[in-house]
Amino acid sequence: MTDSTPATGHGAPKLRLGLRNDNDDGWGYAPAPESTDHVELRDRYGLFIDGEFTDAKGGRTFETANPATEEKIADVALASDADVDAAVAAARRAYDEVWSQLAPRERGKYVYRIARVLQERGRELAITESLDGGKPIRESRDVDIPLAAAHFFYYAGWADKLDYAFPGRGARSLGVAGQVIPWNFPLLMAAWKIAPAIAAGNTVVLKPAETTPLTALKLAEIIQDAGVPPGVVNIVTGAGETGAAVVQHEDVDKVAFTGSTEVGKLIRRALAGSGKHYTLELGGKAANLVFEDAAVDQAVEGIVNGIFFNQGHVCCAGSRLLVQESVADEVISKLKDRMETLIVGDPLDKNTDIGAINSRAQLDRIEEYLKIGEEEGAEPFQTSCPVPDRGYWCRPTLFLHAAQSHRVVQEEIFGPVLAVQTFRTVDEGIAMANNTPYGLSGGVWSDKGAKAFRVTSRIRAGVLWANTYNKFDPTAPFGGYKESGIGREGGLAGLHAYLQPEEAA
Amino acid sequence: MQMSPSGARIESPPIDAVGVEERVARLCSRSIKKDAKLQALHLTLSMIDLTTLEGADSEGKVRQLCAKALQLHAALPDLPHVAAVCVYPALVGVAKRALDGSGINVASVATSFPAGQAPIEIKLLEVRKAIEAGADEVDMVISRGRFLAGDFAYTADEIASVKEACGDAHLKVILETGELGTLDAIRRASDLAMRSGADFIKTSTGKIKPAATMPVVLVMLEAIRDHYLRTGEKIGMKPAGGISTAKDAIRHLVMVRETLGQDWLDPDLYRFGASSLANDVLRQIVKQRSGIYQSFDDFSL
Repeated sequence: MTDSTPATGHGAPKLRLGLRNDNDDGWGYAPAPESTDHVELRDRYGLFIDGEFTDAKGGRTFETANPATEEKIADVALASDADVDAAVAAARRAYDEVWSQLAPRERGKYVYRIARVLQERGRELAITESLDGGKPIRESRDVDIPLAAAHFFYYAGWADKLDYAFPGRGARSLGVAGQVIPWNFPLLMAAWKIAPAIAAGNTVVLKPAETTPLTALKLAEIIQDAGVPPGVVNIVTGAGETGAAVVQHEDVDKVAFTGSTEVGKLIRRALAGSGKHYTLELGGKAANLVFEDAAVDQAVEGIVNGIFFNQGHVCCAGSRLLVQESVADEVISKLKDRMETLIVGDPLDKNTDIGAINSRAQLDRIEEYLKIGEEEGAEPFQTSCPVPDRGYWCRPTLFLHAAQSHRVVQEEIFGPVLAVQTFRTVDEGIAMANNTPYGLSGGVWSDKGAKAFRVTSRIRAGVLWANTYNKFDPTAPFGGYKESGIGREGGLAGLHAYLQPEEAA
Repeated sequence: MQMSPSGARIESPPIDAVGVEERVARLCSRSIKKDAKLQALHLTLSMIDLTTLEGADSEGKVRQLCAKALQLHAALPDLPHVAAVCVYPALVGVAKRALDGSGINVASVATSFPAGQAPIEIKLLEVRKAIEAGADEVDMVISRGRFLAGDFAYTADEIASVKEACGDAHLKVILETGELGTLDAIRRASDLAMRSGADFIKTSTGKIKPAATMPVVLVMLEAIRDHYLRTGEKIGMKPAGGISTAKDAIRHLVMVRETLGQDWLDPDLYRFGASSLANDVLRQIVKQRSGIYQSFDDFSL
């Protein structure tokens, strides 16, 4: 074989791949919905402060809805400044009187207990996550919930070993942590934030995203059931104002934020000179570099996992595909074929690959970028998969022939939209990968091990994957360069962010 | 690209084994229910090469097998028939007479199955004898020793001469993947076989383990897809050995569906080489229709 480029043009061989295409009369998959029978959801959820669920002072609420049906699921309390005050006060009291006084091994027992109950209630949590946030059940079941439990297990193990984690430093907790998390991995982000904080001896006030508060509130139930002392974990729900109140509260010692770069900048400004510790995990526009010596079919799979995982609502998504010119036609043609087999639809269907876009606002934002990409001159490609009539949906999309100067290449879209560019030499590929204000993650595809190491060491990003993408583990640090944030979460580095040396305490 | 001692070149893309396993795991997460499941079960039956390849095979055993092929389950008269019955060359005549007029093909292994360690003249003679006796399809084995030694020209010539001896009969080329060692070698052997005249590529003899594992089959399907996209020629696939349950078979169909598309879900392009698969599929069909699992004793051998 000398010519590996697929034939093109009229009458070229074509695969009949669409799995739910209406005009394809062959064998397709019947709906396989996950049953929601045993999942109990309340009509109304309160704030979780000092170990109890309470209404917001003044009784304000907001609605959380299912993005796949646009139907309301529950009313959720909207925390005011006074509620945040109460939560921080409870956290301070719990820190001073209970949590910081507790033997580290006892602290660890509580964290282990949370991990175990997360596993036991895994199915219920996965369904709730898919209902409230729109992500496919395959992902909430196989990724979000097991990883959330794994984070609690991992950090529980460190609770009584802090002196060994940082020998000679006399690691001491910081106090009260104020934490604000996004809507893309609601329970997993809560786990990333809460597990290292409380294992290290801090107490927390956590604010979940307003479109996806339910699994964090179920986590609050689990924390209550696990007998964790009141006030160690407090959860206040609300939108940006509530988050700002948490972050700026004067009795908060440490701020941990995951979200947009825009808000991250505001937070960093607000915290300047305050003496508070902080970690910010922000946006990204990662490049996935495919070299001519890559295993093409596996690279295509990695490209798909890189951008279409969780509808592309992933800060470390491989949203820029940089493919070497000599294999570009083959890679793109195979990528299109693979995309035709992606099923968009009901998040609770076990065969769904791409669920609902998280909110109307996010769908509007993505659609705006689809317009921008076309106006800028990139060539759009979307698959033929049918999508439901109601709810927020976006078919997997490519922008071919995108240019480095295009906004769809420079800006984070946070949707199932991949900008495709080509490069000729290794140096050019690396230069394009680094030509971004972000630096969170990246991927390299090559069958040559030495090349993979050489290239990854020259890409300025916090997380790099070689011949795989979007792999997460509680033992691995995660975080970005440049506008992708500051500090690391996960692993020992993530523990370190909740500790200080004894002399500083 | 590798250069063989005789100068033949073969260029195949590299395969990342970890990535292949990941893709297989994802394909296995498809949930096939209700109508889709029943349809898949019927499809599976129509793709089976009902096989007996034992030293102890007798005329009686083969007639028994052919009778099963003609009537899979007396209680379900509306089932599709299997694609073929697969036997040794000496028993092709018996099978041919038993299946006369049924539309079920007779396939014969040949070329000194399963080891393939015989002179080429003897292999070709065996193929001609099988065809003379009425075989519609020939399942050959490649000389794995020569292939592993890098003598790709020999392997290519061997396949081409067997193809010539087959005449109009369909040629399935058995790679014996369990002896090739790596997915890279399996991909290379697949490419070589397709370019040398194979109508089908087949994983295994069933005498060596591992046989038709999902990663191996996926790599072969991808080779078939690439060959089709390049030439427009549709090569068939036959996993054989180790597929014994309906669940396994449905997973294979999912893999075919998402790699090669609708066109390959056809007995002309996909076969299961299996001896015990049919009854498990029949049992599942009865379960889908009645809601109740029946004893294995309710299904004939």
